[in-house]
Amino acid sequence: MYFKKYSPIYMPLISTVVILIVWYSLGSLIVQNKIDTDGYGQEDAEAIRRIQLPYPGEIWDAMIAEREDLISATRNTFTAAIIGFVSSVTAGYLIAMIFAASLPFKQGVYPWVLILQMTPVVILAPIIVIWIGAGLTAITVVTFLIGFFPVVANSTQGLVSTDRNLLDLFSVCNATKSQEVFLLRVPYSMPYFLTGMKIAGTLAPIGAITGDIFVGSSASGGAGLGFMTIVYNSNVKIPALFATATIACTIGFVFVGSVNLIHWLALRKWHDSMISKNQ
Amino acid sequence: MSQTPVSAPPIVRFENLCKRYGNEPLVLKDLNLDVEKGEFISLIGPSGCGKSTILKTLCGLTPHTSGIVTVDGMFPVDAREASFFVFQDANLLPWLRVQANVELPLKIKGQSKEKRGKTASKMIELVGLADAADKFPWQLSGGMRMRVSIARALSVGPSILLLDEPFGALDEMTRDRLNEDLLKIKEEDPFTAFFVTHSVAEAVFLSTRIVVLSANPGEIAEIIEIPFDFPRTAELRENPEYLKLLAKATHALRSVE
Repeated sequence: MYFKKYSPIYMPLISTVVILIVWYSLGSLIVQNKIDTDGYGQEDAEAIRRIQLPYPGEIWDAMIAEREDLISATRNTFTAAIIGFVSSVTAGYLIAMIFAASLPFKQGVYPWVLILQMTPVVILAPIIVIWIGAGLTAITVVTFLIGFFPVVANSTQGLVSTDRNLLDLFSVCNATKSQEVFLLRVPYSMPYFLTGMKIAGTLAPIGAITGDIFVGSSASGGAGLGFMTIVYNSNVKIPALFATATIACTIGFVFVGSVNLIHWLALRKWHDSMISKNQ
Repeated sequence: MSQTPVSAPPIVRFENLCKRYGNEPLVLKDLNLDVEKGEFISLIGPSGCGKSTILKTLCGLTPHTSGIVTVDGMFPVDAREASFFVFQDANLLPWLRVQANVELPLKIKGQSKEKRGKTASKMIELVGLADAADKFPWQLSGGMRMRVSIARALSVGPSILLLDEPFGALDEMTRDRLNEDLLKIKEEDPFTAFFVTHSVAEAVFLSTRIVVLSANPGEIAEIIEIPFDFPRTAELRENPEYLKLLAKATHALRSVE
């Protein structure tokens, strides 16, 4: 029984150890291969290995060495991701409310929201650069565009699928339209909205980093993690590239974690999906 | 129809009421009924006889097609203040605690937090749920949820209570308890009731009159007077007169099915 109880702790530890073993084994294989088949000396073979597969310690060293650039890039990416995410969630929900309130408006505008969604943002990137120039604002716009649709689609669904009987209850109570919206439709749509928000939160850091690769700029310290990837790649600073990946991954975890926390806080007391877990 | 003079006008009057949805055939045809203040009217009949439609017409949820319905001398839509609906399932807002659910209609009316809190607490106590005021609907049993729904309806102090098969989903023991409690509540906080049910026993126990409806279209087939005095208690169910009326009502329902 101890096996089951503590498996959430030691199974990840075991897998980490396995991955480290594979990592270092592959590294020494590469070195051995370079020496045996290509005739490199030990030093040169190690140097090549450092480019092909840097060890965790080397990645850490690179992170320290590049810390100034990386900290500023992280700050830029994080800012773009946050602003893009918050604005996509806010605007997405507001648009969804208008959609739910007016069918003609939805019929007119929804196809364009879809068109925007179906066009890969990467293709829009040059246009964005032409319109507002490369840099942080452009990255924020890319992040916004990526997170916007899931929020709109889910929230609209939530706002229009309010329980018929509850709507009848509000009619019986003689509720005004705005009471119906704020006391019933909005809370009823929360689980749907939060699902949309979760998706947007997962996409936001990815959007901010890929966006940066296409529309980023190093002007006035505006480089984000995406831009640094290009810089490190062209300078063959591969350990630094891995360091960038590590930071990007961490930002992703921070976003998804926070969004999941908000989701849990909002629903834990009453929603079916949470109740079964609590019991 | 010759009207005998009465002291008070009927609280609800149906005159040749007809109702159809869209271009469908008539659901209700030439319904005529006067209901006195304080009466407990049960509506029974086969599915599709328009029982629920009568309730919905009374609280202005759906307009009737022809004829006249008045509630307290007004059109149902204008008399919404006077009536409240108890829905088939408890129909509570899952994100609100019991207290807030009961307060909801008063909140919609714009009552102050303090005032509506007091009223709601009183109603929650009246239905015997004082200990559960802080719970969420999912933490309650089906019978308790129905009690909350009744407390919510009573919180607005309605003169007419419309109950659409409120106890249909409950087991018989709980249903009997709630029937007795409903009558007790009515003694303390009088209202006129329209009660849709499939259970003849429930109808006989609760009602002053049972309206038996036939289907397609819904018409009044028979009205059975239940003359027992109030307050009625559980012992009534063993009274031979009660059993006789139960047999009569069962027979009436069978003849329209």
